Amino acid sequence: MFEDLQYKLDTVLKKIRGQGKITEKNVDDSLREVRRVLFDADVNYKVVTNFLKQVKERSLGQNVINSITPGQLIVKIINDELISLMGSEKADVVLSDRIPSVILIVGLQGSGKTTFSAKLAKYLKTKGRSPLLAACDVYRPAAKEQLKVLGKQIEVPVFSEDESTNAVKISKEAFEFARKNARDVLIIDTAGRLSIDEKMMQEVSDIKTALNPEEILFVVDSMTGQDAVNTAKTFHDKLDYTGIVLTKLDGDTKGGAAISIRAVVNKPVKFVGIGEKLDAIEQFHPDRMASRILGMGDIVGFVEKAQEQFDLNEASKLEEKYKKNQFDFNDYLSQLKQIKKMGSMQNILSMLPGVGKNLKDVNVDEKIFVRLEAIILSMTYEERANPSVLNGTRRRRIANGSGTTIQDVNKLIKQFEEMKKMMKNMNFNKMRGMMKKMNVSPESLKNFKV
Amino acid sequence: MGLFDKLGFNKLKDGLSKTKNGLFGKINSLINSRKVIDEEFLNELEEIFLLSDMGIETTEKIISNVKKRAKEDKYETENDLQLIVKQEIEKVFSKTNAEFEDFSFNISQKPYVIMVVGVNGVGKTTSIGKLAYNFKKAGKSVLIGSADTFRAAANEQLEIWANRAGVDIIQSTNAKDPASIAFETVSIGLKEGKDIVIIDTAGRLHNKNHLMEELKKIKRVMQKVIPETPDEIFLVIDATTGQNGLNQAKEFSNALGKLTGIILTKLDGTAKGGIILKINSELRIPVRFIGVGEQIDDLQPFESKKFAEALFADE
Repeated sequence: MFEDLQYKLDTVLKKIRGQGKITEKNVDDSLREVRRVLFDADVNYKVVTNFLKQVKERSLGQNVINSITPGQLIVKIINDELISLMGSEKADVVLSDRIPSVILIVGLQGSGKTTFSAKLAKYLKTKGRSPLLAACDVYRPAAKEQLKVLGKQIEVPVFSEDESTNAVKISKEAFEFARKNARDVLIIDTAGRLSIDEKMMQEVSDIKTALNPEEILFVVDSMTGQDAVNTAKTFHDKLDYTGIVLTKLDGDTKGGAAISIRAVVNKPVKFVGIGEKLDAIEQFHPDRMASRILGMGDIVGFVEKAQEQFDLNEASKLEEKYKKNQFDFNDYLSQLKQIKKMGSMQNILSMLPGVGKNLKDVNVDEKIFVRLEAIILSMTYEERANPSVLNGTRRRRIANGSGTTIQDVNKLIKQFEEMKKMMKNMNFNKMRGMMKKMNVSPESLKNFKV
Repeated sequence: MGLFDKLGFNKLKDGLSKTKNGLFGKINSLINSRKVIDEEFLNELEEIFLLSDMGIETTEKIISNVKKRAKEDKYETENDLQLIVKQEIEKVFSKTNAEFEDFSFNISQKPYVIMVVGVNGVGKTTSIGKLAYNFKKAGKSVLIGSADTFRAAANEQLEIWANRAGVDIIQSTNAKDPASIAFETVSIGLKEGKDIVIIDTAGRLHNKNHLMEELKKIKRVMQKVIPETPDEIFLVIDATTGQNGLNQAKEFSNALGKLTGIILTKLDGTAKGGIILKINSELRIPVRFIGVGEQIDDLQPFESKKFAEALFADE
């Protein structure tokens, strides 16, 4: 998992190989590398400083077992410490018997509160609850509209008073409405606010006093930098929130803010947002987060991305064709399209451990897929289904049509024949076994469609 | 910055002073209290830099330069010391920005097309409302195109801003294709002789291939109306953004060709926006405007020289 940082650390620690023990000097040298990694991941300055102190204490005097390198050992210690810092317990929302239970959603502007509110409502609905959304962002233009549209999409009612600008009053009336209409969870979407805006902080504090929520969730953008701790702390001092929601984690940010906030307020991350679709929330996995922050390649993310983009039915159809040796250019074309959907090759490769850094300066020729596609698209349907008819005249026509050379066309056809041979001999059961080892069950795959 | 000269200058100072107090204001008090460049001084300087989101590379670069200068140059007073630190920061920051200092919209042909892009929640729509307001106030006719067909009620939000600014807006209630709206907006802008056309786009994470392709298409399709369009592509970056800001700038550049400027939003909060220093030095994309509040006049032209000076001003 941890090849990249490990490699750096091993270089630093080369000298002590054979000494069998980690000394203060070695640790200092290697922690300097770790420090850079943590800052690149946006972990807060003070949190990094404390964290490294702890790691140093734990590392000193550790015996290096023969089978692992000192670098591996230090990385393991760091990884373990990161996970324990983020809290290893799984946290869900905790509601009471009160009708309605109240969940108050708070955070800065643009952190993703409204989208998350709708996702949470949908999530609770699938758990058998009957949520009501309350539109208490009375400031941002069309914020109420946005929540209403989302509510309609997930078929959850939205309480809104279009003329009112009194968020506290709306929240109280929403509560009454929920009580009378037997909606058992009230989710209150509030306006984004700066932690230093005292008037606005008072407003949300007044909602808290009025409704005494079971949960107050602080929503924070996972791309946030050093300021995350200030904001998280001020909101916490004022509201004593019960949990954190980390949004936009489907981006390529490392998300060090998760560690920083956790270290400062000691409240669990309850959900992460991983996409724009309304079912794209997940519970938080500290172990995945740790490897993401350490930049050690995101195998899980890679597998997930592949699952997300690959149509399983399509894949099993292809498998059949491989087996019967009926694989043709039409199938090849649809395969190319699937690969393209996964994003740029550079992006995909960078997810693999150890590849990320090395790839930095390599230019992957993205155009190659475009060229291949163009060639196949210049074939007639019959030619694609039955490549044996591809004689010289046809090949020249295809080359002209696709803006390539006849050599390119020949090369593709040759590659295709080789691939076909290879696929025929491939052991699909063995591949399934590999998938299993990567912790991918067929059930988990079923949920992913293009 | 001719266009916006007369507008709301006090707000600019407010926004900047908040930034200054949080970040480099501290440098002065550090210099006054330490008076010598020693290990402890450099550590504290490093802390200030890192906390601004400037990033470890930029920080290490400045620190090692300061260290070197402290050895070579003789500094006697606090002023000498301050000068060393200031010059080294400026080397990274304002030097790369120097060529952009005298920015003004060079509106030679109508319409002047501005495309606004960025990740989700950074404040694109709000910034567009403010931009439109400023153009309108400067006597320009403005047409906004709402090419965010994805987010719920994005249309309505932009419409409210357009009304506030008193400018026209093109939107489609049922079209799902943002490129067609961009095409329509530029066409109408051209036909009606509007001075300025601003295209709002949906927020998108820069690592989503299909969404970046969509953005390329929007640009391509607009070029069917006017070949060299758009005149400006502004990337909106939230000041709270950490090191990921650099990736954002890189990927949007990769997709769209050179970005012509950055709008740095939410500078009225506690975040410092230090990531723009890194973006500046690596990609040379200038900051054109800063957002310092939710009101329509809370968008200010960014002048790097003034910014650098303000960073050290005693107040």
